[in-house]
Amino acid sequence: MSCGRTRHQGREQSGRTGGRLNAPRIVLEGVSVGYGERVVLRDITTELPAGKISVILGGSGCGKSTLLRTLLDLVPVRSGRILIDGADLAAMPPDERMSMRRRLGVLFQDGALLGSLPLGQNVALPLREHTTLDEDMIEEVVRMKLRLVGLEPFIQYFPRQLSGGMRKRAGLARAMALDPAILLCDEPTSGLDPITSADLDQLILELKATFPMTIVVVSHDLESLFAIADYVVVLDKGEMLFHGTLDELKKCRDAFIVRFLGRMPSRESRILGADARGAGRPAPDRRPDADQG
Amino acid sequence: MGEAVGVLLGLVNGLVRCLSLSLTRRYRTKPYQRALAWEHLSWIGADSLPIVSIIAACTGIILALQSAIQLEKVGALSYVANLVGYSLVTELGPLLTALILAGRAGAAFTAEIATMKISEEIDALNVMGIDPVRFLVWPKFAAMLVMVPVLTLWGDFVGIMAGGVFSATALGLSGKVYFEQTASFLQVSDVMSGLVKSAAFGMAITLISCTQGMLAREGAADVGRRTTMAVVQSIFIMILLDLFFTALNYVLR
Repeated sequence: MSCGRTRHQGREQSGRTGGRLNAPRIVLEGVSVGYGERVVLRDITTELPAGKISVILGGSGCGKSTLLRTLLDLVPVRSGRILIDGADLAAMPPDERMSMRRRLGVLFQDGALLGSLPLGQNVALPLREHTTLDEDMIEEVVRMKLRLVGLEPFIQYFPRQLSGGMRKRAGLARAMALDPAILLCDEPTSGLDPITSADLDQLILELKATFPMTIVVVSHDLESLFAIADYVVVLDKGEMLFHGTLDELKKCRDAFIVRFLGRMPSRESRILGADARGAGRPAPDRRPDADQG
Repeated sequence: MGEAVGVLLGLVNGLVRCLSLSLTRRYRTKPYQRALAWEHLSWIGADSLPIVSIIAACTGIILALQSAIQLEKVGALSYVANLVGYSLVTELGPLLTALILAGRAGAAFTAEIATMKISEEIDALNVMGIDPVRFLVWPKFAAMLVMVPVLTLWGDFVGIMAGGVFSATALGLSGKVYFEQTASFLQVSDVMSGLVKSAAFGMAITLISCTQGMLAREGAADVGRRTTMAVVQSIFIMILLDLFFTALNYVLR
């Protein structure tokens, strides 16, 4: 664990968390990112454990979405490097980079479904692009993925005909189309009502329990954090204040973190005093892999 | 400005890559990519036929009327056919067709790509390992490259026919004389120079429209602004290209 506004040297987390089969670990080494003169992220060093859910937490404008976009190689790293299973994405030749991208599934903030295509075709897109499956098989896979997120009956619907929560679930189905090794979710619960948010958290937990994936969630939703996180990275003003497990986060006495967590709803405040994983939301049955560690 | 040039060069580079892939036998275009290309061909081509036909017919009639006013005075009414045919095929046919497509297709390209850019759909394509240039720009570029000359040829035909029918019915010029005069005066090189122009216009419209779309940053206002800029810049570049090709044609005649 590291708590407080300090520079983080080395790979403190190496080997600390056992990875699940095929799920890669993501290592950030002194990552700094900026736009023009403005530095958005400074010297971020941490390791997101394999096969776990890591939540990147922070207030608005702290750089957490930029960190996600950097992990996706959509924003270049100014200094430092990001290693996925030891491979530096930025240093790869274009073909290898494209191939690595196929191992990433991404849920964007509003789903980012292609508005001109119905749901089924949105999910089919990566399959058509990257596989040689025939159309019947693709439809079968698409139905399976949509069933996974409870949207199979809406296969012919266009994104504009779906609610915000449904669009996010559809985005999750598309992100899962190629059975990714890494699933990245940008603010999956933002703009959703508490019940839909809880359903989405539950879905993420089920995906983690079912598929060997490393999941990275960017969020400022504390309920979500306590529902799904195995590992937490807290950012403030582009700097990493904390990285460690949920239990370690609760013990952290950094003023910003204490204040940030103090904004939790009263129900979650009660959970903080007890066992966040066992009481309140999430309910015990909401963590299907709770025993798998 | 620098960013726009960077995006434009990126698009050109991507399109060259798409072209080389299309010409490679080992690369097989996926069925959904063919469907996308057909969709664009149909939307740009078939769906534009009515408006191109109406504008071309009106232009043919206007040219016949304007030239008749002067030529009647010197007793050379039969030369109406020459003026209508030559003006349409070498100048007004390609230019007016491209103007219609800049407003109709170019604006739609910009609005579509800008909206996709703002709603992270282009980022989604990138992270799915789908090249946005090949998925979004290449079908538009190929469709415009084919369809602008085809529509121009159609517009030339409709304009000449309309001018002929009008001359025969309103100006008292024999239809037979009109069409014989047109056929004897127009040369294949005239038609070709118009088609080369129209292909260049099609490429310019697509590149400008898609570049503006890719430059969109945030908000609906930016989509509107980029769309307006795309149409204005397309028209400006088309006029410059027209000047260039007309001068080249004059020098090489």
